[in-house]
Amino acid sequence: MTAYLDNSATTKVCDEAIEKMCSCMKECWGNPSSSHFVGIEAYRELESAREAVASALSCQPKEIFFTSGGTESNNLAIKGAADKLKRRGNKIITTAIEHPSVASVCEKLRSGGFNVVALKPGRDARISLDELEKEIDEDTVLVSVMAVNNEVGSIQPFDKIKSIIKRKNSPALLHVDAVQAFGKLTLRPKSDGIDLMTVSSHKIHGPKGAGALFVADTVKINPVTLGGEQEKKLRPGTEAMPAIVGFGEAVRQLGNINGQLKKMSSLRNDFLLKLKGMQGVSINSPDDALPYIVNISVDGLRSEPVLNLLSDMGVCVSSGSACSKGRKSHVLEALGLPPERVDSAIRISMSRYTTEEELELFIKGIETAQKVIRRR
Amino acid sequence: MKEIILLKEGELALKGLNRSSFEDKLVKNIKYRFRDLGKFTFVKSQSTIVIEPESEDVDFAQAVERLKKVFGIVAFSTAAIAEKNIESIKATADEYLRDQILAAKTFKVEAKRSDKKFCMTSPEISREVGAYILKKYPHISVDVHEPDLKITVEIRERAYVRGNQIKGIGGMPVGSAGKAAVLMSGGIDSPVAAYMMAKRGLQLTAIHFAAPPYTSKKAELKVRELVKKVSAYAGRIYFAIVPFTEIQEHIKDECPEELFTLIMRRLMMEIATRIAEKDECHALITGESLGQVASQTLLALGVTDEATPLPVFRPCIGMDKQEIIAVARKIDTFETSILPYEDCCTVFTPKHPRTRPTLEQVRQAQALVDWEPMIEKAVAETRFEPIS
Repeated sequence: MTAYLDNSATTKVCDEAIEKMCSCMKECWGNPSSSHFVGIEAYRELESAREAVASALSCQPKEIFFTSGGTESNNLAIKGAADKLKRRGNKIITTAIEHPSVASVCEKLRSGGFNVVALKPGRDARISLDELEKEIDEDTVLVSVMAVNNEVGSIQPFDKIKSIIKRKNSPALLHVDAVQAFGKLTLRPKSDGIDLMTVSSHKIHGPKGAGALFVADTVKINPVTLGGEQEKKLRPGTEAMPAIVGFGEAVRQLGNINGQLKKMSSLRNDFLLKLKGMQGVSINSPDDALPYIVNISVDGLRSEPVLNLLSDMGVCVSSGSACSKGRKSHVLEALGLPPERVDSAIRISMSRYTTEEELELFIKGIETAQKVIRRR
Repeated sequence: MKEIILLKEGELALKGLNRSSFEDKLVKNIKYRFRDLGKFTFVKSQSTIVIEPESEDVDFAQAVERLKKVFGIVAFSTAAIAEKNIESIKATADEYLRDQILAAKTFKVEAKRSDKKFCMTSPEISREVGAYILKKYPHISVDVHEPDLKITVEIRERAYVRGNQIKGIGGMPVGSAGKAAVLMSGGIDSPVAAYMMAKRGLQLTAIHFAAPPYTSKKAELKVRELVKKVSAYAGRIYFAIVPFTEIQEHIKDECPEELFTLIMRRLMMEIATRIAEKDECHALITGESLGQVASQTLLALGVTDEATPLPVFRPCIGMDKQEIIAVARKIDTFETSILPYEDCCTVFTPKHPRTRPTLEQVRQAQALVDWEPMIEKAVAETRFEPIS
């Protein structure tokens, strides 16, 4: 038996998406921009995928722009908004626990002259709305806050930010990186007043290489890449059809999000109970985190050997995020955890396919690790 | 137009009486390096090795690139074959060397005629070809002392036209000096050490110590990648992976902390020696550099050396880190070496390692454990894989 518990890194592609992609490559390989019937067929598939994503976000299809994935969507949203609004103001507000595809873009903008403020989270791994309110002013052009943190699963108050922006009379656009929330929480960017929202395909059992940026129809941002007319010139380049139709199909397969959330909550609560009963295991995720992500530290054992041992036992988890191998987690450090605890952090991330048996196997793995691995 | 490669004897790093065996080794090494590029013939004539493609579909450009990484060659040339008449020679020089002529400001032509039946003398050939080029390319002028481009015409059994020499990498043909085993951790230094000793003619076996779960499968793949990069110069390398976890854990559990690294290095030397002897290697190679870390102080190196009867070559011993990195970049191992995976040397590092150990202290500490069965097991369970 194996246990794949690294679903925040990537997920197994669902069969429906695979079939859809295969038939797209075999039978619908046209260029959606072509005017002949081969192109038109591809165009219809492209638009059908767009409708699926729009429906999952309760928005209009014309507000969905396909990209290559979460990193590109985040880059496009932040660079595109900053470039569009640079004459209106100079301040960007974000958090200290963003994904590198947000954090490093903000860092780049900072060196380009923007005043970038990264809000520190509290011990509950959430930013405070009061602090945010203090920072937002008429000079602020962009607020970028993730929906769910990828390392500890904390849910940010992203749905309450727009009203603050309005109250403070700020021209700021609101960008939400919802890569870890999409398919797991019900997202309604339109009714929450969100201007830009990033989602990705391969975190929801779709293929790698596709993602989308929601851009509210009232909002204009500048493109980052220049080229042809695709995606209304915001993201030029011939569409990656197989990946996009696979993405669309994965979205259609999401099912009842709230029902799954309930199921996952009870699975996670049992899991936490077992973990808390173990010697030397501490929980780094806050209690009210998204139940799909659990971050723990095993006292005295560095993550790397534990991960290697678990892998040999068929259990896949990660230390921190898959994007920063070998580096210290800036998220756990921002939470104020001591270095030994950061060094020994392990992230368990689940999907709707995760079973109790898989979590059981993980616990056995940790018990074994505590027995055989020598401490430093 | 047919293109060939000329290896001149004066350009090979060959010595006296061993010349012919060196030359055979070199040809064998080149053949191995060309094995997937198509068929070539190798003919020795008049102190030159002529390497000639047998068909049109060989990857000639790749062959030239690979030759630049074959030890034992100081310089070589590529040449075009012309018909044995002056008109063909002029046309071939023009066609074959056009890009080089256009890139040069000055040139000269040198002719060598070993076929004395050819109707023109060497100076006549030079003059005729030179005049032709000068007339056709007004931008270029003659400089007989330091030309940007030297065009050489050789009249042998056939006529060859060639441009500037291509620099080789020097060194001695791999295998001409025998065989040695290099200890590869995955860091920056050991691939450099391996490269430097291969350059002096040693054929290599690479020994890596793996300590799962403390070290990961990825760390092992990284070292494999490094061995592959070194093999671009050193030819085929036998890669030996030694399971080292049990020994590491015993060191951790039963030895004094400040001597962890030294005892580990000595046990590595013992295992490497046994693998070397099985594999007919007559020396060990390490990437150690004097004073770089605690286990590389003068006294620590002495204690390490005592664990093996074989000579230990440490070509990086007198190099600064920056100098080692420069070589690592040149041989393209640097980027791989700095990938952040734990290696066996850093699994259990003492907080205060002993920098001035005495042999007696270390021997006593090491004697607390019966290592022999563990060493035997590690050697017996070592996996071998040829890498090229």
